[in-house]
Amino acid sequence: MDAIFIQILNGLDKGGAYALIALGLTLVFGTLGVVNFAHGALFMLGAFCAVTTQKLLTISKHVQDTSITFFDAYKDQPYLEIWWGDFGRTIIDWSVPLSILLTIPAMLLIGLSMERGLIRHFYKRSHAEQILMTFGLAIVLQEIIRSIFGANPIPTPAPDIIAGSAPIGALFGLDEALVYPWWRLIYLLFSIITVSGVFAFLQLTTFGMVVRAGMHDRETVGLLGINVERRFTVVFGLAAVVTGLAGAMYAPILSPDYHMGMDFLVLSFIVVVVGGMGSLRGAVAAGFLLGLLQSFASMNEVKTIIPGIDQIIIYLVAVVIILVRPRGLMGRKGVMED
Amino acid sequence: MSKTLLRNDWVVMALFTAAVLSMPLWLAPIGAGYPDLLQKFAIFGLFAIGYNILFGLTGYLSFGHAVFLGVGSYTAVWSFKLLTMNVLPAVLFSVLMGGLFAVIIGYLSLRRSGIYFSILTLAFAQMSYNMAYSVLTPITNGETGLQLAKSDPRVIDALFIEAGEGLPSTDLFGMQMSGYPGFYFCAVLLIIGFFISLRIFRSPFGLKLLAIKSNQTRMLYTGFNTRPYLLTAFVISGMYAGLAGALMAVTDPLAGAERMQWTASGEVVLMTILGGVGTLIGPLLGVGVIKYFENIFSALNVDTLHQIFSFLPDWLENVVVWISSHFVGEGWHLTLGLLFMVIVIFLPGGLMEGFQRIGSALRNLFKRSEAVAAQPSEKE
Amino acid sequence: MSDKKVSELSRRGFIKVGAGALAAASMPMFFIKDAWVAKDFRNNPKGAASVKFGFNVPQTGAYADEGADELRAYKLAVKHINGDGDGGMMNTMKPLSLKGNGILGKKLEYVTGDTQTKSDAARGSAKRMIEKDGVLMVTGGSSSGVAIAVQGLCQEMGIIFMAGLTHSNDTTGKDKRRYGFRHFFNAYMSGAALGPVLKKEMGTNRKAYHLTADYTWGWTQEESIKNTTEALGWTTVETVRTPVGAGDFSQYITPVLNSGADVLILNHYGKDMINSLTQAIQFGLKDKMVDGIQFEIVVPLFSRLMAQGAGDAIKGILGTTNWNWSLQDEGSKAFVKSFGQEYGFPPSMAAHTCYVQALLYADACERAGSFYPPEVIKQLEDYDFDGMGNGPTLYRGADHQCFKDVLVVRGNANPSSQFDLLKVEQVVPSAQVTYDPKIFGGELGPYEV
Repeated sequence: MDAIFIQILNGLDKGGAYALIALGLTLVFGTLGVVNFAHGALFMLGAFCAVTTQKLLTISKHVQDTSITFFDAYKDQPYLEIWWGDFGRTIIDWSVPLSILLTIPAMLLIGLSMERGLIRHFYKRSHAEQILMTFGLAIVLQEIIRSIFGANPIPTPAPDIIAGSAPIGALFGLDEALVYPWWRLIYLLFSIITVSGVFAFLQLTTFGMVVRAGMHDRETVGLLGINVERRFTVVFGLAAVVTGLAGAMYAPILSPDYHMGMDFLVLSFIVVVVGGMGSLRGAVAAGFLLGLLQSFASMNEVKTIIPGIDQIIIYLVAVVIILVRPRGLMGRKGVMED
Repeated sequence: MSKTLLRNDWVVMALFTAAVLSMPLWLAPIGAGYPDLLQKFAIFGLFAIGYNILFGLTGYLSFGHAVFLGVGSYTAVWSFKLLTMNVLPAVLFSVLMGGLFAVIIGYLSLRRSGIYFSILTLAFAQMSYNMAYSVLTPITNGETGLQLAKSDPRVIDALFIEAGEGLPSTDLFGMQMSGYPGFYFCAVLLIIGFFISLRIFRSPFGLKLLAIKSNQTRMLYTGFNTRPYLLTAFVISGMYAGLAGALMAVTDPLAGAERMQWTASGEVVLMTILGGVGTLIGPLLGVGVIKYFENIFSALNVDTLHQIFSFLPDWLENVVVWISSHFVGEGWHLTLGLLFMVIVIFLPGGLMEGFQRIGSALRNLFKRSEAVAAQPSEKE
Repeated sequence: MSDKKVSELSRRGFIKVGAGALAAASMPMFFIKDAWVAKDFRNNPKGAASVKFGFNVPQTGAYADEGADELRAYKLAVKHINGDGDGGMMNTMKPLSLKGNGILGKKLEYVTGDTQTKSDAARGSAKRMIEKDGVLMVTGGSSSGVAIAVQGLCQEMGIIFMAGLTHSNDTTGKDKRRYGFRHFFNAYMSGAALGPVLKKEMGTNRKAYHLTADYTWGWTQEESIKNTTEALGWTTVETVRTPVGAGDFSQYITPVLNSGADVLILNHYGKDMINSLTQAIQFGLKDKMVDGIQFEIVVPLFSRLMAQGAGDAIKGILGTTNWNWSLQDEGSKAFVKSFGQEYGFPPSMAAHTCYVQALLYADACERAGSFYPPEVIKQLEDYDFDGMGNGPTLYRGADHQCFKDVLVVRGNANPSSQFDLLKVEQVVPSAQVTYDPKIFGGELGPYEV
């Protein structure tokens, strides 16, 4: 029972991450109709916003280690710490949450310039061309990050005070040994808030209404004298910000490295398609569903019955759902079906 | 050369054959004239040609074709291990096995179209890859890859030949399949594969596939059942992939799981698009570019760059080397990514479109100069 | 190609061959003798003024930083062998036959290639080096799968392969080859070295939980560590296989919490290790108490680059390494000095093993007085040397594995600089990690190919 409870928590946590990543992709892919292979790269860039924030905050004074003479060995002493003492140390410690302040404008800028500079010229081009272009773009972004930060993962810890675990076992009257990291709980909360925020934005504002109308029928909306193109630019920017935030907040769980985008690319496409093309709700539901199933499939009890099931569960579920339901969980008719 | 002449299949085939067989000669000046890379050009050429029969003709974008490549390789190595080092049975079994897997995966995946089809094929391939890497290790030897061993039974060989001291090598009735003989073996199969693809493109079957691509709904309304045609195309392309996988094992008897990973499937998609989807030669050009970058650009380092640019004045040489060193060696991915973007932005139809544009520009130039030359005579 | 076979003997061909044989028979004796002594072989440099090594390292992918460090070490080795720079370990290597004028008087050059940490790409790159660039020896790599794949290829091609970073027992066990040599230590040696230290630190009554990367290297390490710890009297609660590149390991870590285990052993390497360790610590496993006993985490294979990626998570964690730059013997000091002065930071253990491998091969050629591979192989087999940073070392002939001291290290709790991440806890003498080559089986194969 305890084991199942904690795997549900794991599943929700994973699901939150999957849903966030898929949300950004489904905005671009399911609604603007662009097969965006650079989506993983946006997630990676978001994570590197957290790294950049950390690096900026820890710009350090050189304190040479004189016992070593062959090369430049030093012990970091960040200026913030020198100037402001404990307060400076706290700021550095909170670099990941603070990085949100950098991530939002940076990702918005990246998203807008990507759409204006490249993506918009590809709305009417074939999917094949979109794939080639966005894949090329993903590689280029990835290599730029590598040339700056190297290939090794970079540790970006959560603030000290929440780096440990919450004693959920004791809280819920279960086994006392059960704990869950604070940061993962925060991530779950964060993903729920972000997803709701995006939904509210699209459902409740006039802007969102036009965008949704434009997704259904771009030409008619255009005929009404509304500039759909400009709104699509904003949608792309929004997708970039959501994806970037998902990446930045994920940095304490997964140390960022330049290749992490590619690792999430396949997964995000699967989540979106299982959810159904053109459906935001579907993507979110599929994210949580796949997260939960993956957690359960990894339990030792399950693995002894079906060896290796945790390796393929996501793909297996994708196959079954797509075969049973022609347009995924909640897909709209005619989106990306030809 | 006039266009009408190129419409003649036999002329095309003759040109193609000559070009493929002389590859060691004309690729040598750019550093690509060595057996391994030539073999790769031919093998991945077959893979891409086969993929193009599905994607180019029907528009169905499979993102899991590498699974047939992997299956082909495993089958071939098992044929070497159990039966004989002769390559013919290995090639035969691999093609059949590739076809068999294609029937199963194709039958299920073709129930959907568009992106749903792509994700189905991707999911099947990723499942195969993950299983081969881990739990299926007794069959696939996991991460290390399936290799030959001295203790293999090789029942047919055991009847005829005494086992040597080392590991045996693959052969075609006594001719070793490594190095140049291996390349020519692959090249002959590439030429045959190209010929079959050419016939398919020009056949009524090929036209029906193209019709499905342009408007499947209309085809369905006319009471035409498209699925058997699609499945046939899928299986044919799966067999090409199985053949390519077999040839990889023939020229180098090792089969690894990573051949089935999504990146490998993605590679053939990129090769096809880069060269020109739906054109006969395009996919081969895509193969050439990507494999050339992977093998030659990645091997350049600062020292080799200094050699290449040594004709420049010293200061300029250093500047040029410094700049270009970011794009070769460990930076070869960056160059490839930039190339993808440049090509798709300026040449929407891939490399083939580039060649066509150059061709028509030359033709125009030629015509104009003809016209200019003709004018004075009119005056007289 | 030297081993080209005459596939069909037509009448005309027969006459040609016969004429050739006659001509050969009529040659002066010393010509034939010469041909017999210096037997021809693939990529024989003959009269060339220079020879080439092929450095086949991961330049892209997850191990790109490690590969870059290996390449730096190789370039340094080339410099030293050619007599440039300060000589590095050429000053401390004993015995030494190299004269600082290249190898056998020929200048050493090199070519590079990208393995992408994929067997196919690595073999393709090695083939390019052998077929196109004519290298004498291939070396490098950062994973066991690649090492075994390239080693197999080199055996077929008759080119010596000096493995880089590869830790699986299989490289010099089940998949050993006559033309493949490994200086790096292996999973069995990690287990044997960790045993006594684990006993001292954690006692003999522990319950271990393994998380293992689901591929061959992970399995051999799990097996080795399991055997060692069970011999100590520990029980193994569970061994769980995790997919390679899982990223998020939470679903594998949470069952550890109430499993009753009090030691977690992470058989992961690279990115997997960085993520699983960081996440295990987020789940409070480092401060956990189980029935009054402090919970411990062990990472059997460590490297400084991984420690860098794991950050604070590595502090206090036990593991083993092949070599660390903080060692104070003459060889290590000489190497750290020339590497540090050249590049501005200390070498990693991958760099060290690669540098040593290049030097060892070059020295073996010099001793053999020839580049003829079987002769060079015989020089390397059962060769004793010292002054290369690991104390007295034996290149065992039976399996081509080096036997040397193994370092048990601990993540440094209070580093004095950004490189001071690992503290050497104990140097386990080579006698303690030596094993019978028969336990892993395998066959080296012939000298002549």
